[in-house]
Amino acid sequence: MPVQNEHRQATAESLTAGSRNEYLTFSLGDEDYGVDILRVREIRGWEAVTRIPNSPLYVKGVLNLRGTIVPVFDLRLRIGMPMRAYTKGTVVVVLRIVGSDGDRNIGIVVDDVSDVLSMDMAGIQRVPDFGSRLNTEFIFGMVSAGKKMIMILDVDRLAPDHGNGGSSCVRPGRNVNEEIS
Amino acid sequence: MTIDISQFHQVFFEESFEGLEIMESGLLNMDPGEVDAEEINAIFRAAHSIKGGSATFGFNDIAAFTHIMETLLDEMRDGRRQVTDKALEVLLRSVDVLREMLTASNGSGGLDEGLVKGQLQELEAVLNDRSDEPASGSDSDAGAVSTAREVIGWHLVFRPLPRMMQTGNDPLRILRELASLGDMEVEGDISLLPVFAQFDPEECYLSWNIHLKAGVDRLQIDEVFDWVEDECDLAVIPLYADARELIAAGEPAKDIIADLPSTMTVAEEPNRPDRRKNSDRRKADRRVEQRRASAAPASSSIRVDITKIDALINMVGELVITQSMLSMLSGNFHMGQVDRLRDGLAQLERHTREMQESVMQIRMLPISFTFSRFPRLVHDLSTQMGKKIELRMSGENTEVDKTVIEKIGDPLVHLVRNSLDHGIEMPDQRVAAGKPETGVVELNAFHNGGSIVIEIRDDGKGLDSDRIRRKAIEKGLIEESAKMSDQQLHELIFQPGFSTADKVNDLSGRGVGMDVVRRNINELGGNIEIESESGRGSAIIIRLPLTLAILDGQIISVGDEIYIVPLISIIESLQVRPDGINLVAGRGEVFKLRDEYLPVVRLHEVFGIEGNRAQDLKDGLLVVVEGDGRRCGILVDDLIGQQQVVIKSLEANYGRVEGVSGATILGDGSVALILDIPGIMRLTNQLPELQLVKRTA
Amino acid sequence: MASILAVDDSASMRQMVAFTLKGAGHQVIEASDGVEALQYARRQGVNLVITDVNMPNMDGISLIKALRSLPSYKFTPLLMLTTESSPEKKQQGKAAGATGWIVKPFNPEQLLNTINKVLG
Repeated sequence: MPVQNEHRQATAESLTAGSRNEYLTFSLGDEDYGVDILRVREIRGWEAVTRIPNSPLYVKGVLNLRGTIVPVFDLRLRIGMPMRAYTKGTVVVVLRIVGSDGDRNIGIVVDDVSDVLSMDMAGIQRVPDFGSRLNTEFIFGMVSAGKKMIMILDVDRLAPDHGNGGSSCVRPGRNVNEEIS
Repeated sequence: MTIDISQFHQVFFEESFEGLEIMESGLLNMDPGEVDAEEINAIFRAAHSIKGGSATFGFNDIAAFTHIMETLLDEMRDGRRQVTDKALEVLLRSVDVLREMLTASNGSGGLDEGLVKGQLQELEAVLNDRSDEPASGSDSDAGAVSTAREVIGWHLVFRPLPRMMQTGNDPLRILRELASLGDMEVEGDISLLPVFAQFDPEECYLSWNIHLKAGVDRLQIDEVFDWVEDECDLAVIPLYADARELIAAGEPAKDIIADLPSTMTVAEEPNRPDRRKNSDRRKADRRVEQRRASAAPASSSIRVDITKIDALINMVGELVITQSMLSMLSGNFHMGQVDRLRDGLAQLERHTREMQESVMQIRMLPISFTFSRFPRLVHDLSTQMGKKIELRMSGENTEVDKTVIEKIGDPLVHLVRNSLDHGIEMPDQRVAAGKPETGVVELNAFHNGGSIVIEIRDDGKGLDSDRIRRKAIEKGLIEESAKMSDQQLHELIFQPGFSTADKVNDLSGRGVGMDVVRRNINELGGNIEIESESGRGSAIIIRLPLTLAILDGQIISVGDEIYIVPLISIIESLQVRPDGINLVAGRGEVFKLRDEYLPVVRLHEVFGIEGNRAQDLKDGLLVVVEGDGRRCGILVDDLIGQQQVVIKSLEANYGRVEGVSGATILGDGSVALILDIPGIMRLTNQLPELQLVKRTA
Repeated sequence: MASILAVDDSASMRQMVAFTLKGAGHQVIEASDGVEALQYARRQGVNLVITDVNMPNMDGISLIKALRSLPSYKFTPLLMLTTESSPEKKQQGKAAGATGWIVKPFNPEQLLNTINKVLG
């Protein structure tokens, strides 16, 4: 998508500028991830959401963010990690994402929110090729902070293509099949 | 003080487009035989306003174009010009061109300059199509330059007529303005003052001799006296450089003015320019910013009747009173006041509801915004097709949601085109069939319960059931052996890919089928039906919700999930006995409702919901719903209650979900999805049939 | 500061007039036709009336005539907005009692200049 490419380019330019950006970091299991703090609209504890029928597994449902309907994605499932039961520490981070047709809000479910870190953009490295082991489509780059290696998420890629809610990949009746077989 | 007038552009465009509608419908209504004075006046006014506005806001080519239209209309209005079919046609086409010019100026679309030029020529041809008017002598002031001697000042005699002040003009203002042009000496003349007993304080008895020591342009002086030309005697005498000694001597030029007549007099001065020049100069002075309207962010605005705003303001007032009453109550509350608290809350609830209704009213516009294009359309198309068609409209003032106005236009055009094209027969065919030569297409709008109904009726040949049947078999939509009623056959025209037109023509065959029309109507939360009788005509009936922002909903539950079913689509809810259910091979379960067998839709299967209580039909309830002209019974665990819900978009942050038209926020802050009945029926058809049969077996 | 009644059936013109005059510190009452304007003017006096000529219900000339016949509007400046193409309108307006006119098209500065002259 051209807009996203532009966005990547823009970020790459600011990389070379050697500026420092602030990132909200959180954990998924043993791994640490970060998102640009400017994209974070709200952090809230996990609460039951309203399920969306026939949606991909990673779509947990929708919640009410001050009167607007915001979809919530399980980040683990979205980026291809195994599911984990939600606990008291489970958190929903509501993000503003930029698409070709304007801004949207999405929530992502993460295991725990750690900290806000200020990081030197120049320190961000491209993601090494993990082969097929990990889905790196959503990772913009990596940066080391102390002992940790933090993966910076490309948040604009998290939402399914606008227009069909991602449901087109799931046929209705799927759950029925599973139940019966 | 500088004011950016581009901020008024949007309003200007809106009212201009409305003006065009008025012009168009007026022109269409006009019969050359008998000219309705008020009608033509309304058209003239619309043109006049567009001209005035476009000139003011700097759209000069639009102003020039409209000026010619206005001149034509003005002459027609005054009876100086015959209203002819030809002139009306040219004016109608000019309205179209003007619309394009406005659209282009509004930054949405290019403009075919050639088209404008061509239309201008046509207009001018009509305008000049007359011999009794002499050519205007516009070149009378040509070459009239610089023969004048150098003017170094002016001598003025200014004698207001007694009534001058009664037009709101103040001689002092005029003197002040003159003084702003340069140094001057003023000599008052009180010789005309009456004796005190006859003195009328409302009249002016003074006059002045003014000696302006500035060689200003004559036009500047004329401008000062522009408004009072007819209310004073005025002499304006130039003082030339070679007459300097006269001024130096300080002697008033008495002899020059001694024999002024008492009526209004303007001293003749060589080379006095034509008035037209005056306005040219004004034009040149104007520094109107030409910033395009497109520079401003595209905002969609709405024009609201002032009474609606007043109602809203009243409501807010009441709300504030109730609120302050409640907060006073809470200040030192004791249990003895429980009743007052309850009353207050009830009042608050009532006001909130009323206010909600008032706010919704703001979005409502009369459907005439949409209907107004049809007289033109029918006029043009019937001429083109060689048919005689009369369009009758009713209920143009029925109010519908603004979004409906915006989205219903294209489907309606399609349906009306269909009626003209496929419905109404050629005049000879009609006569042969024993019908009047002129066919009638009706466009009706009215309220019915909680919905708006729009009907398109024609007295044409009706749908041909046999041909629809053949076509449907050919397209594989139905089996050869299928037994179907006429009504069922008619419904087939809404199926995707179905078109009865034998050959695609310019009018109806634009690749848009009735299925698209139906989808558009469904997207507005409405439904569409057809009634047709062979040889007698057809009627398309569209039902739309009153407002798109709020919906009357039935809350239902399935398992842990809560959904909203639009009340408009619910026919009834019932509990079925197990013996009321039949299995149709390969088609799943059906139940009999009176004379009709309706399919059962198990919502938990369609939506993949687990933990539903009603595994067995007898444990749940069937909500009988209708969508797209089809009915079914949706199996739910429970009916919870009915409620008005505010519709929220799922698409804004997520996307379309089949079977769901939107979402809402319930009283406890949680989100509930609103079911899209036609969508659920489509989903049901996609369910693997085998599974369904297995489950119910 | 004066109170000014601005009468025009065209919302854009009316808004421009109102906006300009308000910006200059005047109080502006808007009316969209002669009937509305007359109703207001009967209830409450104003220092100046600016009216369009071509309007539905009651046109500017009739409005001026009606206003001028009211005792409290005997000397009130009544200006009409008119186009250069209609000299006969000016004459009709004058005959009805108009103080003067502002020729369309005009820009905010021209409007203010004229108003300031009239209001002194």
